Amino acid sequence: MARKNNDVLEVPQSVTVTVGRTLTQIAWLRLRRDRVAKVCMAILIFIAFIAIFAPLICNVLKIDPYEFNSALLSDDGGLPSGRFGGVSLAHPLGIEPLTGRDILARLLYGSRISLFIAVTATAITVVTGVVIGILAGNSRGRLDTFLSRVMDITLAFPLLLVIIAMSPVLEQRIASFGIPEGNSSRIVTLILVLSVFGWPYLARLIRGQVLSLREREFVEAAISIGSSNRRILFKELLPNLWGPILIYTTIALPGLIGAEATLAFLGISVLPPTATWGSMLQESVSYFSVDPFYFFVPLTMLLAAVLSFNLLGDALRDALDPKAGRM
Amino acid sequence: MTQVSPILKVSNLVKHFPITSGGIFQRTTGAVKAVDGISLEVFPGETLGLVGESGCGKSTAGRTVLRLLEPTSGSIEFEGQNLIKVSKRELVFMRREMQMIFQDPYSSLNPRATVGDIISAPFQVQGVKPVGGLRSAVGDLMERVGLNPEHFNRYPNEFSGGQRQRIGIARAIALQPKLIVCDEPVSALDVSIQAQILNLLAEIQKDFGIAYVFVAHDLSVVRHISDRVAVMYLGQIMESAPSELLYTEPLHPYTHALLSAIPIPDPDLERNRERIILSGDLPSPSNPPAGCVFNTRCWKAEDKCRSERPVLREISMGHQVACHFPEQNLIETISVAPTGTDFIA
Ligand SMILES: Nc1ncnc2c1ncn2[C@@H]1O[C@H](COP(=O)(O)OP(=O)(O)O)[C@@H](O)[C@H]1O
Ligand code: SF4
Ligand SMILES: [Mg+2]
Repeated sequence: MARKNNDVLEVPQSVTVTVGRTLTQIAWLRLRRDRVAKVCMAILIFIAFIAIFAPLICNVLKIDPYEFNSALLSDDGGLPSGRFGGVSLAHPLGIEPLTGRDILARLLYGSRISLFIAVTATAITVVTGVVIGILAGNSRGRLDTFLSRVMDITLAFPLLLVIIAMSPVLEQRIASFGIPEGNSSRIVTLILVLSVFGWPYLARLIRGQVLSLREREFVEAAISIGSSNRRILFKELLPNLWGPILIYTTIALPGLIGAEATLAFLGISVLPPTATWGSMLQESVSYFSVDPFYFFVPLTMLLAAVLSFNLLGDALRDALDPKAGRM
Repeated sequence: MTQVSPILKVSNLVKHFPITSGGIFQRTTGAVKAVDGISLEVFPGETLGLVGESGCGKSTAGRTVLRLLEPTSGSIEFEGQNLIKVSKRELVFMRREMQMIFQDPYSSLNPRATVGDIISAPFQVQGVKPVGGLRSAVGDLMERVGLNPEHFNRYPNEFSGGQRQRIGIARAIALQPKLIVCDEPVSALDVSIQAQILNLLAEIQKDFGIAYVFVAHDLSVVRHISDRVAVMYLGQIMESAPSELLYTEPLHPYTHALLSAIPIPDPDLERNRERIILSGDLPSPSNPPAGCVFNTRCWKAEDKCRSERPVLREISMGHQVACHFPEQNLIETISVAPTGTDFIA
């Protein structure tokens, strides 16, 4: 770079030294100072841990989610003998009425499926929403109008009704694509129906963001140096979208965990004897009057996960807010 | 100056923004005539000041000239090449030669990109590998515009408005362009900082021989930096003249009005001077007045002004005006045949 001389640098100026932290670092620091956020993160890490290592934990504790323990049930009505639904050293969270299966083991294995469905559906929702939102916001014109209509129409569907009505049909369809019938095709069906209805919210959000970002002069500056559309999308726009994407994810994930539980409660879930949090809730609710402890186990788990995600999402929103005071 | 061919020659440039109405079935119901037939020339290494009230189409003109906006009609010649005819690929290549400095130092820098990212972008996009490496080239540029090269990894939000504008300047001069459109580069800054930035721009121009189109909304800012000044009103050029001439012998009533709005430092002079206060509002650019666009606010307007659009014509060497009845007594001695009948002495 040709630089003539340095004496022109005498222009009086005060380069005030400010903290040299990236915005991500600032957000991270803020988050780490937030006690609620830290507790929530710990809970979520713990839940993820027990879900991932469920088989290992069950091995160590010598419990099995599918093994019947009829001997531990009382003779009249098949309720667990003992207090709190049969809590004992061998079965820390008690056993199921009628079958005597270990509730902790079922909870651990159930977490895997519940979380897998919610996480996968969230990932599909977010990717679809971001891609379509960027496409719509970036193209304006006809494609934008078309995609926006698709979003409106999707949002107008009575979600629950469609899912209940459609899932048996969809399940058969999916099975005909070579995915094994039974739980595999059921899980795929669940993930699909949960994803299909979530993306338009994010797509709308992203579209709006892209529209307003495109008006900013730095996009024009990028064009003026000859940047390709691709570069503008990935280098200029996308880095400005991570905030909303992250925040939406923290809202969508607990929402989908709840949605999966709701569907399970309505009977649209994995087939027994496989468990999810939702299917456990559904089974336990009929014993609520005689064995309330059974009901509270999956409920506590569900609440802990959903609440932690929501509170963490709140904290994240505060941390990412550029208007909040600098540190 | 006349021997040299202009680096930028704009003829009859028009940029209209369509006004649409209706949701799904959009119809075009009119047009914002942001730029409505301007012609101008910029010579290598010189500064053309482009002045006018806000909303008169200066930014649109600057952007269209660089083809950041597609012109509605007219021609733009850059270094003898017709910018409107070149292919997309050629245009991308030509962008090395023509750059822009933006008005708003906040929105013109990507908040999620570091200063280093921002200043190295022109090299990366254009595939230019500077001798000595990208990092050191960016450091040199930062130093050149008065920034500390160690702040390479900082984000724009850590800088003040003036420093941000320096970052924008470094990005614009990175590839040593021949032309920079400066769109009100100091109007968003504190008065104390404006002079620093203006000085920096002047030094850079001297060092690299860059031509500027310098946009401003008042005549005082462009006075010292411009070789020539063009005054715009409602998308058209009212008057264009070498800088000193415009300030000492303005011909267009609108230029007079603008000049009288500049405060004079001497309080006695300031008190006794005649101030021209323009009556009425700026008409809407979607529905400009017929004839001379200035006729709704001109104290000299006559019937002819309301029916016939005055063309920009040369009154004396390099001094052009678009008015049926130009001001100024000197005019009678000039041989160019006036179209108007009476002149006010
Ligand atoms: N993208 C656009 N779409 C519609 N109208 C626009 C657009 N950009 C500018 N305008 C209009 O064009 C006119 C000139 O604007 P602009 O060039 O920004 O003026 P200036 O820079 O002189 O203040 C204004 O009336 C403005 O509202
Ligand atoms: S043409 Fe008429 S209305 Fe327009 S500036 Fe000249 S005198 Fe005024
Ligand atoms: Mg402007």
